[in-house]
Amino acid sequence: MNTRDASVTPARGGVWGRLSDLFYRRPAILLALLLGPPLFWIGVVYVGSLLALLVQSFYSIDEFSGRIVREFTFKTYLELLRPSNLDIVLRTVLMAATVTVTSAIIAFPIAYYAARYARGWVKALFFIAVMLPLWSSYLVRVYAWKLILANEGVLNWGVSKVGLSPLIEALLSLPVIGGPSLAFSYIGTFLVFLYLWLPFMILPIQAALERVPVSMLDASSDLGARPGQTFRKIIFPLALPGIVAGSIFTFSLTLGDYIAPQIVGSSRLFIGQAVYVHQGTAGNLPMAAAFSMVPIVVMAIYLWIAKRMGAFNAL
Amino acid sequence: MRFNRSGAPRRLKLAAIAGLLFLHLPLLLIFLYAFTTEEKSYQFPPPGYTLKWFSVAWERQDIWDAFMLSLKIACIATGAAIVLGTLAAAAVARTRFFGREVLSLLIILPIALPGVVTGIALRSAFDIASIPFSFWTIVLGHATFCVVVVYNNAVARLRRTSSSLLEASLDLGANSFQTFRHVLLPNLATALLAGGMLAFALSFDEVIVTTFTAGQQETLPIWMLSELVRPRQRPVTNVVAVFVVIITFLPILMAYYFTRGSETIAGQGK
Repeated sequence: MNTRDASVTPARGGVWGRLSDLFYRRPAILLALLLGPPLFWIGVVYVGSLLALLVQSFYSIDEFSGRIVREFTFKTYLELLRPSNLDIVLRTVLMAATVTVTSAIIAFPIAYYAARYARGWVKALFFIAVMLPLWSSYLVRVYAWKLILANEGVLNWGVSKVGLSPLIEALLSLPVIGGPSLAFSYIGTFLVFLYLWLPFMILPIQAALERVPVSMLDASSDLGARPGQTFRKIIFPLALPGIVAGSIFTFSLTLGDYIAPQIVGSSRLFIGQAVYVHQGTAGNLPMAAAFSMVPIVVMAIYLWIAKRMGAFNAL
Repeated sequence: MRFNRSGAPRRLKLAAIAGLLFLHLPLLLIFLYAFTTEEKSYQFPPPGYTLKWFSVAWERQDIWDAFMLSLKIACIATGAAIVLGTLAAAAVARTRFFGREVLSLLIILPIALPGVVTGIALRSAFDIASIPFSFWTIVLGHATFCVVVVYNNAVARLRRTSSSLLEASLDLGANSFQTFRHVLLPNLATALLAGGMLAFALSFDEVIVTTFTAGQQETLPIWMLSELVRPRQRPVTNVVAVFVVIITFLPILMAYYFTRGSETIAGQGK
């Protein structure tokens, strides 16, 4: 028997009152009512869709008729291991890694300044300046780089004004990352990704740095550490969980994006584009499903390594 | 050198300011281009300035249709997200139950996984269930990733709301519904509003999931995407881009306004 049944107050009257008593005596009923709708939406509709996708990736496509064969097979995954497909995976993962490292380097000073020195309205300004691009205008922000990187655009204009055009040309003549122009090269794609996901790196690093007490830094310098040593031995290790948290976003978002490389970049595909092309024009849903398992698996491995490194303990 | 509390090292300050400029100058550039007289290219600096494109965009029925569709979808998806997010937050914040950690993971999943995965998963599920693509399939996709935003805000606020407030209300004879209406809801309102605002901004400019869950419907971001791939009238696209930035920035600023300084714990200290 539940001790709550031994109520000292009289039972409430009316339908609502009796319902309230019921919820109080049996919290499980209230919990079920609360959980039902969201659990149905996320647990059944969404997770169900993901599982359906997983199942699709074990189907294959009949090469002659172009119809989907609904029989369990690893054929589609074996096709994923073709050199041309592995290239796509490798290209995307390398891009994600480069974007992640660069955005951590650019984000750190912003986060450090905002956490340590900014006060009052300056701090609010920093916060809003990072929040706004994080939540909004994804497409507009990709578009902005189409304007900037266009041949007749602001970047080439500025570069030629200061006489650095040969530098850009040298950069574009590099193998692999170069191309006919910045808007059609990996450098362009990289810049867009960096720009898009930078805010996702700043906020977690700032949150981690806010928790470092100033007295700890004072203690470090009192004990004779130079600023560089304090950074390496105190600040960086304490900021690392924030960097890892931010890198989860930058990495995952780069892995799955298919719009940015389509608008700014070379014609070679990234994983997201491969998924889109296979399900759309090619009509090869099993292949698209198998391709979309790649970012899920890569992220799972990434999270597992992050956990093994103990990066979550401090979060 | 001591880590003094007053001034920042100059190089740090410069790096921080440069980073923020990198985040915002490209957006300002779009504002500039909305006034250019150059129609065929992205010439910089613009040869001249005009307000003409704003009136051209205003007259375009296809833009209005796309805008109204996006607005409707964002409103309904936000409404669904507020209801579902609040329910999930109430369950997770107030009680301990089997699978609680799993639930909070599940709710975060739609934004932790790349959008293309969510998009294609929903698309193939609609295919399997033979649901035709419509207005409602777009709403369903949007609500799925909007729930997490409301949930996060509501959970944070519920954790800071002292449970003695609710107990006091019950002790004074209010039933659960009255307690919800008069005690919990006023406490939660700004957090829900903030979450709703962010969800609205997220939905209004979502394109990745939408391309998979939309049939013939053209939301404003999808309209923009087709203009980016095959430009027709570039300055009109610039005007729409400016418009999208403004209409998504406003709710985010409001969300900030509603949640700032909410570190103080309701029901404690007095």
